[in-house]
Amino acid sequence: MEQRKAENTNDLAFSKEISSRLGGETVTLCYQCGTCASSCPVARITEKFNPREVIKMSLWGEKKEILSGDAIWLCCSCYNCQERCPQRVEIADVIYALRNIAIKEGNVPNIYSEFAAGLLNEGRIVPISKFLEKKRPEVGLPPLKPAGVDALRKILSATGFDKLQKKEEAS
Amino acid sequence: MTSYALFLGCTIPARQPFYEVSARKSLAKLGIELVDLENMTCCAPPPLQSIDLETSLSIAAYNICLAEEADLNIVTLCTGCFESLAMANATLKENEKLRARVNKILSNAGKEFKGNKEVKHYLQVLMNDVGLDRLKKSVSKDLSKLKVASFSGCHLLRPSALLKFDDPERPHIFDDLIGALGAESIWYRNKLKCCGGLLRGYADDVALAIAREKIVNTTKAGADCISTLCPFCFLTLDLGQMLIKSTFHEEYNIPVLHYAELLSLGLGIESKELVLDFHKIRVDNVLNKIS
Repeated sequence: MEQRKAENTNDLAFSKEISSRLGGETVTLCYQCGTCASSCPVARITEKFNPREVIKMSLWGEKKEILSGDAIWLCCSCYNCQERCPQRVEIADVIYALRNIAIKEGNVPNIYSEFAAGLLNEGRIVPISKFLEKKRPEVGLPPLKPAGVDALRKILSATGFDKLQKKEEAS
Repeated sequence: MTSYALFLGCTIPARQPFYEVSARKSLAKLGIELVDLENMTCCAPPPLQSIDLETSLSIAAYNICLAEEADLNIVTLCTGCFESLAMANATLKENEKLRARVNKILSNAGKEFKGNKEVKHYLQVLMNDVGLDRLKKSVSKDLSKLKVASFSGCHLLRPSALLKFDDPERPHIFDDLIGALGAESIWYRNKLKCCGGLLRGYADDVALAIAREKIVNTTKAGADCISTLCPFCFLTLDLGQMLIKSTFHEEYNIPVLHYAELLSLGLGIESKELVLDFHKIRVDNVLNKIS
């Protein structure tokens, strides 16, 4: 870790970038106690993810390694760590902020492209099969109301979400 | 009769008709009217929050606006939808600056978030509008032979600062509601730990290893079934057992039932009305213990 730290001079800029984003505000409060890591169901299974490490690397400015690496995508968003953090670091939300930055920079894991495409096309991230839609009256369910796709697209255009995907499609 | 705007979400209509059928039938029987509104969308759950939090907050707020316009509080079945919408509702009610930012975005879709409605999970409706006493009196079947391993899913409880559903470390509401049906809610190791469901599609091996722990722990505790609230937890634990079988060569066959299904059975709704054949793991052992 010490060697990696020496290679980076840009640490403050990255932690400022994170804390200026929605979800990332509390990142600098971390004092590295490790309560998060001991509460994490993923860290028990794989060495590839440790929330304390993710926060440390973020504070040390290891931007490239964090944004292009596997770790930020291995959080299962269970909020155990956030619930127990004595410093009230909103760890799961910080990881969302890191994912938001990674995606803005063009690092979009395939599964997330699929979710985004479902949202843009149908207003739902899990597409509804024709089979189940036809089956609804048979099992006593009312017809599905139409999703507000038009309104949704206006929102996605206002936040630039639709362009995030276009950038990804072009690459 | 108490009325709510039903927020159905994506996964339930896409994959789990048994959840929707059991919830609609049981809540109707208990005097809760569910109103289906037009133009609702995805709730913007963790996969979308991962892409962009500002967009996700705006999408959740848009859906809450539809309920505000209809002058109805929202009820969700899915725990993921509950988390997305309840977090957005609490955050935007508290944070004026963020509300102004989101309302600027919503103005493009002709909406304004006012913050005058509640977002509830259907367990809260059962606890507060129906109440444990009336629920107990409405149960017409004997479920006392059933040992149930409840698993609420993470996003019913956490982040507790915003969701304010139950004590995040020692929750009791879900277990009380299982008890009200006459069944026994049992403790098992790591009961409150995640099922790993959100890692499916990105790291399937890690997700399955976490799900396996849940299946092993509930089986070791002697549960007749696992009871879930979240369609994603259900998928992870029901379909997950097929994947555990092919990956780890271990067979558990522990039935997974949504609480709404147990509730329906307790209220005397016929099992053949509940589309239970859509489950991957057969539920016959559970049905045989109900008389």
